Amino acid sequence: MLWPLFFLMTAIHAELCQPDAENAFKVRLSIRTALGDKAYVWDTNEEYLFRAMVAFSMRKVPNRGATEISHVLLCNVTQRVSFWFVVTDPSKNHTLPAVEVQSAIRMNRNRINNAFSLNDHTLEFLKIPSTFAPPMEPSVPIWIIIFGVIFCIVIVAVTLLILSGIRQHRRNTKGPSGVDDTEDKCENTITVENGIPCDPLDTKGGHINEVFLTEEERLTPL
Amino acid sequence: MAQVSELGQLEDGEDERPKWDNKVQYLLSCIGFAVGLGNIWRFPYLCQTYGGGAFLIPYFIALVFEGIPLFHIELAIGQRLRRGSLGVWMAISPYLGGVGLGCFTVSFLVSLYYNTVLVWVLWFFLNSFQHPLPWSTCPLDLNRTGFVPECQGSGTVSYFWYRQTLNISADISDSGTFQWWLFLCMVACWAIVYLCVIRGIESTGKAIYFTALFPYLVLTIFLVRGLTLPGAAEGLTYLFTPKMQTLQNPRVWLDAATQIFFSLSLAFGGHIAFASYNPPRNNCKKDAVTIALVNSMTSLYASIIIFSVLGFKATNDYGQCLDRNILSLINEFDFPEQSIPRDDYPTVLLHLNATQPERVARLPLKACHLEDFLDKSASGPGLAFIIFTEAVLNMPGATGWAILFFGMLFTLGLSSMFGNMEGVITPLLDMGILPKGIPKEALTGLVCLMCFLSATCFTLQSGSYWLEIFDNFAASLNLIIFAFFEVVGVIYVYGMKRFCDDIEWMTGQRPGLYWRVAWYVVSPLLLLSIFLAYIILLAHKAPSYKAWNPQYEQFPLKQEKLYPGWVQVICVLLSFLPSLWVPGVALAQLLCRQRQKWKDAQLESGLKLQNGRHC
Repeated sequence: MLWPLFFLMTAIHAELCQPDAENAFKVRLSIRTALGDKAYVWDTNEEYLFRAMVAFSMRKVPNRGATEISHVLLCNVTQRVSFWFVVTDPSKNHTLPAVEVQSAIRMNRNRINNAFSLNDHTLEFLKIPSTFAPPMEPSVPIWIIIFGVIFCIVIVAVTLLILSGIRQHRRNTKGPSGVDDTEDKCENTITVENGIPCDPLDTKGGHINEVFLTEEERLTPL
Repeated sequence: MAQVSELGQLEDGEDERPKWDNKVQYLLSCIGFAVGLGNIWRFPYLCQTYGGGAFLIPYFIALVFEGIPLFHIELAIGQRLRRGSLGVWMAISPYLGGVGLGCFTVSFLVSLYYNTVLVWVLWFFLNSFQHPLPWSTCPLDLNRTGFVPECQGSGTVSYFWYRQTLNISADISDSGTFQWWLFLCMVACWAIVYLCVIRGIESTGKAIYFTALFPYLVLTIFLVRGLTLPGAAEGLTYLFTPKMQTLQNPRVWLDAATQIFFSLSLAFGGHIAFASYNPPRNNCKKDAVTIALVNSMTSLYASIIIFSVLGFKATNDYGQCLDRNILSLINEFDFPEQSIPRDDYPTVLLHLNATQPERVARLPLKACHLEDFLDKSASGPGLAFIIFTEAVLNMPGATGWAILFFGMLFTLGLSSMFGNMEGVITPLLDMGILPKGIPKEALTGLVCLMCFLSATCFTLQSGSYWLEIFDNFAASLNLIIFAFFEVVGVIYVYGMKRFCDDIEWMTGQRPGLYWRVAWYVVSPLLLLSIFLAYIILLAHKAPSYKAWNPQYEQFPLKQEKLYPGWVQVICVLLSFLPSLWVPGVALAQLLCRQRQKWKDAQLESGLKLQNGRHC
């Protein structure tokens, strides 16, 4: 007795939910892209969850009658995974306008994404654009901080160099003590002529010829 | 000439001239000056465009017959006469003093725009200290429903470069406003340059250890990383495989000669200045050959790295192209996810085209060929700021690689800036412009300040168009003219015999046949032919530029526009004004001499009359 009714209902459902039907939306999931090895298989239980999330979104719309899970119809589920869905009114004769469904989904997009561990790119509602979250920007851009650090270091280094230059300049212009320094320097450096250091030519290591000493002694002192 | 022998006596007693602390500083300074940004982004591009390995043939011929002989002349003359470029030319012949002034002017102009490139590098460097990198995503539009349309059309990296860095205008006549972030970076850059050149070679000599050696360290790190990237082998084989038929194109030989010329930074006066601080008896011939070879080897080394990274990028882009096509097919025909591997794509496409051609035709499928991606070449800023930054995005640890890459570019450019600034500062010091009391720090500060103020025009929105003009016109023709006068001046005016005697005194060896032939004949001829070729190419078509115009129909391709009249006048002025110093100074000297002769003649006749009266 109930069989003809059942077939009638599925026939009506089939008419309401069809690819490119009025107020129908196509959904595409890319589970393996998002989760890799941890990807779950899309089965009827997942479909049930999806219908529940859509019903939940519709229920959150104010001044809208309570939507039940049975009001959300899915069809044409492919291996991709993609499918079409419509939301019907309580009488199950008409589908709700696309605009209402669209705004309801957009309001709760985050919750729907999280229910499936997906994001806006891997759970696509074609024809429902998502609002992106604004990127997290720190109050001071990072480049200014690093610029400040580098610039401060450079300014400090330049100042130090200029100050040391001024100090050296003052020391140079002070002057007469400078002459003694150079004389000392001359004594300390070993002069090199033709590759031979001058030291051996010094009398320090040599022998003293006593003939000349006796000459000096012969001179009678005054 | 009398003046030279006077200088010879002077040098024995003159020890006030600053000296290098050791030979390594001098070599590193010359290498740092020669090895610059051009080694990284110009040589690989030339190699790629002109038949890969085949380009090395004209390059090495130009190195042997033009680069090394000219370089040897510069080092020898600077070391012998112990003056900057201005003093050297005044010493060789007062009529040639204009060459020194011209080199000084060109060094000044080049410092302006070269440091602006460093400003861009610094900006990218500062922005690399974040994860994810700012050029990896597009900013959102006002509704936050999608990305900014300009970014979506052009790609994230191009948008970051043209809009968020340069904020470029669509036309060169539209100057726009100053970009405050570039202005800040420019202040920092000139402050860093001042910090390094503050005491002349005393300070650059210390800084050069880091700025000249750090790039080699980073290049080696990149070499190891680059060779292990997937796709590197394809890049290297494709780009280095010689295509011998390109050698028949005369343009290849011209570009090889100009590349060697500008790569060694000849005729700037910087090398003459560096060599003038050397001890008089130093083997400048060995130095010249060493530095020139190191420069060329660095170019080759850098191109291996660039090609392997470009190969990786091309493989990546090819894979992404295939993936996009595969995704289109999967979405359209509802195949399971990841069911078409990349290798099966052609067969699947063929099958689908045979069975359901209308549905396939509706899809936006692009033809993906690896060679097309490998052929995408760029030189100059486009390579560094767009292509390489995009490649870095795909490497694991992108932040670190970006920091290393831009740090390397900055130190490379900085060591070249030292040479440029020496080409400006040493002539000023030699001219004795500042009175004795004022320290060198004040002179270098003043020079850096003047350069900074002049360069602020490059921070306008049309700044990069102006930079391109400076890059193309300010240096090229003038330097060739100055180099020609350098060779002719040293060999024919100073005298080949005296020059060879000087070199024998300095190095202990007389220059052989190769050097003499190169100096007498080959180098001047090469320079003359390059000059003529340049003039012909310039006159051949009106100069144009490629503008970034979001309103262009074929955006993101750049729109080719002609320069307006007043800009063309500036181009011509830039190309020829610095060279006018040469005839200008020669004429001034001639007039001076004539007036002196006339005065002397008058004095003589006056004396004769006096004597006559007395007698």
